[in-house]
Amino acid sequence: MRAEAPAPARAVKGRRWEALLWLGPSLALIAGVVFYPAVALVHASLGRYSITGVYQGSVGADNYVRLLQQPALSTVLTNTVVWVGAVVAVTVVVSLALAQLLNQPFPGRALVRWALIVPWAASLIMTSKLFVWIYDYYFGALNRLLTSAGVLARPVDWLGDDATVMGAMIAVGIFVSLPFTTYVVLAGLASIPGEVYEAARVDGASRWATYRRLTLPLLKPALLVAVVLNVIYVFNSFPIVWTLNDRNPGFAHDTMVTFMYKIAFKSALRDVGLAAALGVVNVLLILVAVLAYLRTVRWDDGEAAASGRA
Amino acid sequence: MRRAALTAAGWALACVVLAPYAVMLLTALKPDAELRTTPPRLLPVLWRPENFLDVLGDPDFASWLRVSLVVATASTAIVVLAAAPAAYYTARHRFPGRTAFLVVVLVTQMFSPTALVVGLYRQFFELDLVNTYAALILTNAAFNLAFAIWILRAFFASIPREIEEAAAVDGCGRAGALLRVVLPLSLPGLVTAVIFAFIAAWNEYIVALTLMTAPERKPLTVGITTYVTAYVQHWNHLFAASVLAIVPVVVLFALIERHLVGGLTAGSVK
Repeated sequence: MRAEAPAPARAVKGRRWEALLWLGPSLALIAGVVFYPAVALVHASLGRYSITGVYQGSVGADNYVRLLQQPALSTVLTNTVVWVGAVVAVTVVVSLALAQLLNQPFPGRALVRWALIVPWAASLIMTSKLFVWIYDYYFGALNRLLTSAGVLARPVDWLGDDATVMGAMIAVGIFVSLPFTTYVVLAGLASIPGEVYEAARVDGASRWATYRRLTLPLLKPALLVAVVLNVIYVFNSFPIVWTLNDRNPGFAHDTMVTFMYKIAFKSALRDVGLAAALGVVNVLLILVAVLAYLRTVRWDDGEAAASGRA
Repeated sequence: MRRAALTAAGWALACVVLAPYAVMLLTALKPDAELRTTPPRLLPVLWRPENFLDVLGDPDFASWLRVSLVVATASTAIVVLAAAPAAYYTARHRFPGRTAFLVVVLVTQMFSPTALVVGLYRQFFELDLVNTYAALILTNAAFNLAFAIWILRAFFASIPREIEEAAAVDGCGRAGALLRVVLPLSLPGLVTAVIFAFIAAWNEYIVALTLMTAPERKPLTVGITTYVTAYVQHWNHLFAASVLAIVPVVVLFALIERHLVGGLTAGSVK
């Protein structure tokens, strides 16, 4: 945007009111439904509630102390690190390969790109239910496929066996994260000018060397964005763990968000204060990721032109 | 040779991605008796497309669909009405607090309602708005606002100011210039914002699960899970309903695919 001539103080003040008029509806919505619940969350984390949810006064930091004393906390924390780490790492690596493939012209490429949209567009709860059915011990397609292909000697109870639940959930997490990540990498690839590759070709560099020394470094900004956004999305992901882990009692395979949800709304505890304290911890963890995002990206509040977006 | 390998790999990818949804569709076409056969069969022996008619004729499904449509439509309308002026103003003017506003918007985009769900529930519980359309509509609108602001802003900014000013001078007036010049030129951005906000609200699960506990207030995402519980297991109906919910959404998503990444990685892609 062209810089405007410095306005006199009175005009700036007038402009401030004018701005409030144009931004007002958005600000009201954000204040009322994003910030107010955040305040309500903090307030709830400092209070005590009856089993029916009636506020019974402040208890100070008691809920946070009780949170640290939860026997399941260390398991849930470990689960969360494994869940986020594995889903994001595998997603990013596979997306690099998929984007490379989808960046080359071949017959039907448009259709393949279109197919990749399906897990992204479909409701996560419906995809999660679908995988409960596919993973089913008796009637699921996966056991059928793997036993008839000779990979498995006997069927596996994917969602009931403690050894396989997390892996089964991670696989679905990767499946639904791939489309967005691949599209981000594709956008990154599209922003690399063709001349860069021509120079490499003149130098006689091999395909792999070109990719490693040229493409990957130039993809770094897109990859950082993909990693940070995926960390936030996967950390916040609720339907997959909620649905696939539904059969299992206790908190052995829960992540921070499903643990919080069970404490608040499902378990015999129905402990609003404790759940709110966990919610505050979750929000702070996400804030750290958001700050990392703001620092890693080239923050641009100027004109990000539509043409520059793939 | 290389081209053949690429094509094979591309098509294999499409098959892998679509395979689970093929299971969904084929299960939706099976009669009840064929859901539990060992070993399980992929294809139905007796094809039963009537499952789709059963679902469409189910009064519960009609109710869930109505709730989903009301919530998605109303929240999308609010998103556009709130986002368009904010996007236009931040694209056209520099003013104190502009950067702060954009950072706040970016932060709301990263906060899914999941992290705040306990706070959201407390808020609507105390306002006595649990099980109301208003609560779910406003929540969806607030959390889908950021994408709309970013995408619209990019489109508004790409329209040269001179065109707008020329139209205003030529007798359109400022409002006329907005309506007759800016709006048509930013229509693709508007369409993208509308489709995205609609789909996001259509697919939303955790807030609906938490706030909409009354049966007549459940949207599709929450309602269809009652087809499979500990007591009844109508996987065919669950998946028929899912197919009906997913197909239109995939088509709409494909239409706006070109602009999605830009809106979702806002502030970062130059």
